[in-house]
Amino acid sequence: MVDRPLSPHLQIYTPMLTMMVSIVHRVTGAALYLGTLLLCWWLIAAATGPEYFTYVQDFMSSLLGRLILFAYTWALLHHMLGGLRHLFWDTGRGFELVTAELTARWTIIGSVATTVVVWVAGYWMMGVLS
Amino acid sequence: MVELTLPKNSKINPGKTWDRPEGASNLKEFKIYRWNPDDGKNPQVDTYYVDLDNCGPMILDGLIQIKSEIDPTLTFRRSCREGICGSCSMNIDGTNTLACIKGMDEIKGAVKVYPLPHLSVVKDLVPDLNNFYAQHRSIEPWLQTTTAAPEDEWRQGPEDRKKLDGLYECILCACCSTSCPSYWWNEDRYLGPAILLQSYRWLVDSRDEATGERLDNLEDPFRLYRCHTIMNCSKACPKGLNPAKAIAEIKKLMVERRF
Repeated sequence: MVDRPLSPHLQIYTPMLTMMVSIVHRVTGAALYLGTLLLCWWLIAAATGPEYFTYVQDFMSSLLGRLILFAYTWALLHHMLGGLRHLFWDTGRGFELVTAELTARWTIIGSVATTVVVWVAGYWMMGVLS
Repeated sequence: MVELTLPKNSKINPGKTWDRPEGASNLKEFKIYRWNPDDGKNPQVDTYYVDLDNCGPMILDGLIQIKSEIDPTLTFRRSCREGICGSCSMNIDGTNTLACIKGMDEIKGAVKVYPLPHLSVVKDLVPDLNNFYAQHRSIEPWLQTTTAAPEDEWRQGPEDRKKLDGLYECILCACCSTSCPSYWWNEDRYLGPAILLQSYRWLVDSRDEATGERLDNLEDPFRLYRCHTIMNCSKACPKGLNPAKAIAEIKKLMVERRF
């Protein structure tokens, strides 16, 4: 028996926007599991008592904590917009190459824009910006 | 199974650079995947130079030029040289397409040529498509009926015939299926875009009477539902068909038949 090689795949295939958005959708979906754990940690801290809650709250307000929360917000919004794109596809629409490319762009731009909006609104409500 | 890197025996080594044709000024560089089952070595990428002044305009012309004038051991499939047989499907410049209808002028710089991705290599640019053909066989790609055959022929009106446009043109070159990461990771259980497009071609045929059985056969977490709408298939299709859309239509039929 000849030991036949496997032809190269990821190594040689040109990365395309639609392909990239698809993999980012998968990655953000996985990241949301961690985000949910973070949310649980916060809720459990609230149920545990004021001391532990302050501890968790301090972590969330630290620079690292905020960075994680910012990334979590983006992952959530990106995955949500990607989900809407999939719902649109499920109706049998949006499969023309230009449309698929366009909705991929919208997903990226939309997720970044809405993340910024959420954070600006959050800071504004906290009174930091006024 | 997802395996991002290549197995040890498939790692690609730098190969040989073949002499430039004498006296040629208009050269095109080709970097071509080579693997010989008889020498026990890993695959390698050889470099060739084709004299464009002495060669046809398509990538396939370049490959034929190399085979006939530089290196007769270069192995690839080809037949019709006009995009209808589907033999010369390969990965050119990072995407799957037919060498015979891809122009040299579409590619800037060196032309990189590999076999169709994530398949067992028979030799050089010839991959093993047995699994692909077996999957095609599994969907029973012929007209199936239960009513008695009519005296003359199975008739179909122009409107119903129209539903087959964009489906019947598929030449089974496997460009789409082997561009699909889902197919790369699950080619043993996922049917892949080409075979699913063929499935849909029989599902929408107004004369076919096995729609229920066909759908039953596809109602499976892998056979149909490994499609995650990555869209590589529709982007790759050298005939401009849209397998992703055909798969979405099958998924719709699956839902609609429950109501």
